[in-house]
Amino acid sequence: MHAWRVMMMMPRSKKQRQLFYLVPYGAWLLLFVIVPLCLLVVQSLMTQNGHFTLNNYAIYFSSGTYLRMTFNSVWFAFLITIITLIISYPTAYFLNQLKQKQFWLLLIILPTWINLLLKTYAFIGLLSKTGSVNTFLNLWGIAPKQLLFSDWSFLLVAAYIEIPFMILPIFNSLAEINPRLEQASRDLGANKWQTLRYVTVPLSMTGVKAGIQAVFIPSLSLFMITRLIGGNRVITLGTAIEEHFLVTQNWHLGSTIGVILIIAMVITMSITRDRVRKHSRKRG
Amino acid sequence: MKKILVSVLSLFVLLMMLFGLKNYFSTQTGSGVSSGKVLNLYNWGDYIDPALLKKFTRETGYKVSYETFDSNEAMYTKIKQGGTSYDLTIPSEYMLEKMKKENLLLPLDHSRLTGLKNYDDRFLNQIFDRGNKYSLPYFWGTLGILYNDKFVNAKDIKHWDDLWSTKFRNKIMLIDSARDVLGFTLMTQNKSVNTRSAADLAAAQGKLTTLMPNVKAIVADEIKMYMAQEEAAIAITYSGEAAEAMSNNSHLHYLVPSEGSNLWFDNIVMPRTAKHKDAAYAFLNFMNDPKNAAQNAEYIGYATPNKKAFQMLPKAIRTDQQFYPNAKVVERLQVYDDLGRKWTEKYNDAFLEFKMTQR
Repeated sequence: MHAWRVMMMMPRSKKQRQLFYLVPYGAWLLLFVIVPLCLLVVQSLMTQNGHFTLNNYAIYFSSGTYLRMTFNSVWFAFLITIITLIISYPTAYFLNQLKQKQFWLLLIILPTWINLLLKTYAFIGLLSKTGSVNTFLNLWGIAPKQLLFSDWSFLLVAAYIEIPFMILPIFNSLAEINPRLEQASRDLGANKWQTLRYVTVPLSMTGVKAGIQAVFIPSLSLFMITRLIGGNRVITLGTAIEEHFLVTQNWHLGSTIGVILIIAMVITMSITRDRVRKHSRKRG
Repeated sequence: MKKILVSVLSLFVLLMMLFGLKNYFSTQTGSGVSSGKVLNLYNWGDYIDPALLKKFTRETGYKVSYETFDSNEAMYTKIKQGGTSYDLTIPSEYMLEKMKKENLLLPLDHSRLTGLKNYDDRFLNQIFDRGNKYSLPYFWGTLGILYNDKFVNAKDIKHWDDLWSTKFRNKIMLIDSARDVLGFTLMTQNKSVNTRSAADLAAAQGKLTTLMPNVKAIVADEIKMYMAQEEAAIAITYSGEAAEAMSNNSHLHYLVPSEGSNLWFDNIVMPRTAKHKDAAYAFLNFMNDPKNAAQNAEYIGYATPNKKAFQMLPKAIRTDQQFYPNAKVVERLQVYDDLGRKWTEKYNDAFLEFKMTQR
């Protein structure tokens, strides 16, 4: 037996075993997160000839085009997040009141099983000049409208795609609230709105913040929808990264923009995380 | 412990069997058959008349293993990685130049080629492959204007400059390509599409910015779908894409402005991975045959560079100015040369800035 263990390199003590279980996760983290990140940073600090330079960052921060693009990305990601939040919170709240809530939740998650590109193409079918929406409007005597290639259609499709990622965490945090807390609030004389305002919403803030992270961060670098639905009338940083990696082959400037996006994401994460901690401290 | 050992061993045996099976199947069908009298042809999807492949097998005895790709980049990556044994493939001219520079191609032995004189001289000896050392042209085409006669009067649109007309507010779809969009703008200013002058480029960018109110969208391959669905009145796209859109909507027409445009080529080349050179030369010569080339051109609908084949096409096709523009226009067509990294970037930066223009 003992020889077998050595041969199989099975760790003996509990601590060793725990370390052993960490290996897959650690390897994953190293190979697919840490190494690529380092490569990205190194690439962004190099010239085409492989010398160290800060020039890529200088180009980025001195270019009005890139700065405006960054502003665009943040602005649209902000709008997408707000729209999804406004729709998702009441939905999640309502879902929680239902009897078969897991079933209704499944219906909301279902669209995420379908490929993103397929969903986008489906929207082209809906929004195009001869599409379903315009055919419907036509029934009421309204002339065909230009729906595709506008900021609104872009926001609609992006919000549609992101909504499940907002509903899920909010739903979970609402489901975790002990119903007795709400009953207590009622007993103590608070009306329905006061209960919602002072008990339910603050207790579900963790879910809201997780939702914001899950929606805002990917929205920063959307690029396919900007072309297919937005007709490149909406330009975000994702467009620039795609161009630098595929067309101009300037991977260094592409990496620089990538690094800046990552920094933006870290900032978002830290803003949404810090407040959670403060909250719980106040409570504790 | 014994149980674990048994299951691990049986898993191992199973894996070995699967691996053997996979190898067996890959020699049967997989990426590139490597034995027997075969030809491994790596081509764009639906880019050859299937009847010709059968005829080739019948005449020469070589079986054709036909595999397809959907972008130059995908084809390039697969060939560069190795592990394939494609004998012939068909890159566009810019990819041909790139593959040539990276030594991914084998030079063609002209003494083994027949029917070279069938080709139209205008389409040989191009800037991307002088003396056709590595390639033979397969099809050629242009960049042009695709319009829908329901919304656009044919006489309103004849030249690139007409795109700037106030009649076309929010009606034009552009192809998402820096080279092409700046290219036709340069052409309206009588400049080369390969200009390496910062002043020319800046002037073109300035003019392009004033086109923005007319631009509905800047999209890629979707153009043919959008145009067939009548989402836009006018699109700037390639003749091949235009032909596909036109086959789905009879209101669409394509035109190449008489002041000139871009001339593009798809070319047959022999990648470094080629294993069946006899088969490859047999196929090249088979395709050089005017009868076969004409049949292929009629099936695909693109323009053939084979002069003898062209003469064999039905008159309706030969006189179709949309896809076989007259000699005067062809003379003014310009081929893109490889700009190199620095200028590729300048073109793309200018295009990106244009895209950022507010309506």
